[in-house]
Amino acid sequence: MTRVWLPSSLEELWPLWAENPGAALYAGGTDLLVRRRAGLVRPEALICLERVAELGRIEPDGPEVFLGAAASFSRLLSSPLVTEKYPVLAAALQRIGSPQVRHMGTLGGNLVTASPAGDSLPPLYTLDAVVELVAVGATRRVPIAEFIQGPGQVDLRPGELVSGVRLPATDGNLQHFEKVGSRAALAISIASLAVAGRLSDQGEVLQIKLAWGSVGPTVVCAPAAEAALQGKKLTPETLAAAGELAQQAASPIDDLRASREYRLALVKNLLLRLAP
Amino acid sequence: MTIRFEINGEKVELEVAPDARAVDVLRRELGFTGVKEACGQGECGACTVLIDGQSRLSCLMLAAQLHGRTVLTIEGMAHGDRLHPLQESFIEHGAVQCGFCTPGMILAAESLLGREPRPDRERIRQGLSGNLCRCTGYQKIVDAVEAVVRDGGEKP
Ligand SMILES: Cc1cc2nc3c(=O)[nH]c(=O)nc-3n(C[C@H](O)[C@H](O)[C@H](O)COP(=O)(O)OP(=O)(O)OC[C@H]3O[C@@H](n4cnc5c(N)ncnc54)[C@H](O)[C@@H]3O)c2cc1C
Ligand code: FES
Ligand code: FES
Repeated sequence: MTRVWLPSSLEELWPLWAENPGAALYAGGTDLLVRRRAGLVRPEALICLERVAELGRIEPDGPEVFLGAAASFSRLLSSPLVTEKYPVLAAALQRIGSPQVRHMGTLGGNLVTASPAGDSLPPLYTLDAVVELVAVGATRRVPIAEFIQGPGQVDLRPGELVSGVRLPATDGNLQHFEKVGSRAALAISIASLAVAGRLSDQGEVLQIKLAWGSVGPTVVCAPAAEAALQGKKLTPETLAAAGELAQQAASPIDDLRASREYRLALVKNLLLRLAP
Repeated sequence: MTIRFEINGEKVELEVAPDARAVDVLRRELGFTGVKEACGQGECGACTVLIDGQSRLSCLMLAAQLHGRTVLTIEGMAHGDRLHPLQESFIEHGAVQCGFCTPGMILAAESLLGREPRPDRERIRQGLSGNLCRCTGYQKIVDAVEAVVRDGGEKP
């Protein structure tokens, strides 16, 4: 029978994990317990992270903001640190699952699941998030684009867990998120787009980062599209040109939710929504 | 393992298999069969319960996670013979047909009103978006919640 622990601190967690190295970690369980139910994973023991105090922190740290890996999406959404400073992330979290799923699901779970449709990932790319990993006596910080290595694949070493995400201060005045799913709630993204950057008073792009979800094996970035927008105003024409460059970076698939062609069209069309 | 928590105003202590799901313990060990299970994978909301006032899916929780919490199921909504205003309103508005989704719907609505006492129709829809109903077509359910918001939660 699978044993289960709910440690309330990392200090309590480490010895438990050392004695039960085969134990799987989970936070909200909205991915892991679904997979377990479906028989896809059979962990010999489980360690639930929901009560580990260090992983629930949401706080400023100098100019940065630290978002604990096991803070639920709804807790993140009730923090002005998230909603006021990083509206692109807040907009994405607001579109995840249903209220119940947002009361349970976490950033740590979304990151480690590393689904091509993981909705927090594109905004975290555009915000230059750094993933913080802890093991006994060691901490590593890895930029999100290096942490996510492919679908379901992340740079997580044995004995390590995600403690949280660090977001650098942003002076950007442009943050935007779009998601297309087949139903308002519970819809796995068919395509999503996160945008963060800075516009001049005249509306010219001083700096811009773009990241698409669900249109490739993992988050799709398009430096060529970003470069094409540099110094330009966001008009239907400049955005369409950038959108065509982005389409070359995308490699969407056909699946039961949408066709490859539809997703490719969305790569460009979601960008057009930035036009004033 | 032994878990202790409060459910519908009563403290309970019970021995559970460590990997038992919350939905199974609530239904089978404690007899709260108002907690329904349909999909078992987070999609339908039938198994919704309130944990410390917040809606969660008991099919995606282990019973161990109930330890130390305050749990509310549909059985705890009425006060004696007096139904909760949401329950009254669901009856009045014909928001119940087969009734299978109703406990989850009412608890999702209660969670919504707990964090946002005056939602408009759109916000009510969003608040109930994790709950599927195969029968009513949702209009009457939204009407029922809207009426409770309008009456400030109190029925004459
Ligand atoms: C009905 C439903 C709708 C959904 N809708 C969406 C959606 O719209 N968008 C979306 O992106 N996702 C969606 N999801 C997927 C899921 O909710 C998210 O991926 C969520 O972020 C998972 O978080 P969790 O804490 O529940 O993960 P868990 O299930 O607890 O864990 C998932 C994986 O991450 C690992 N893990 C968790 N935390 C840590 C940590 N701190 N360190 C190391 N490893 C860790 C676990 O070991 C496990 O392998 C949905 C799921 C359901 C059931
Ligand atoms: S039974 Fe839990 S969500 Fe469907
Ligand atoms: S009344 Fe039958 S499922 Fe909603």
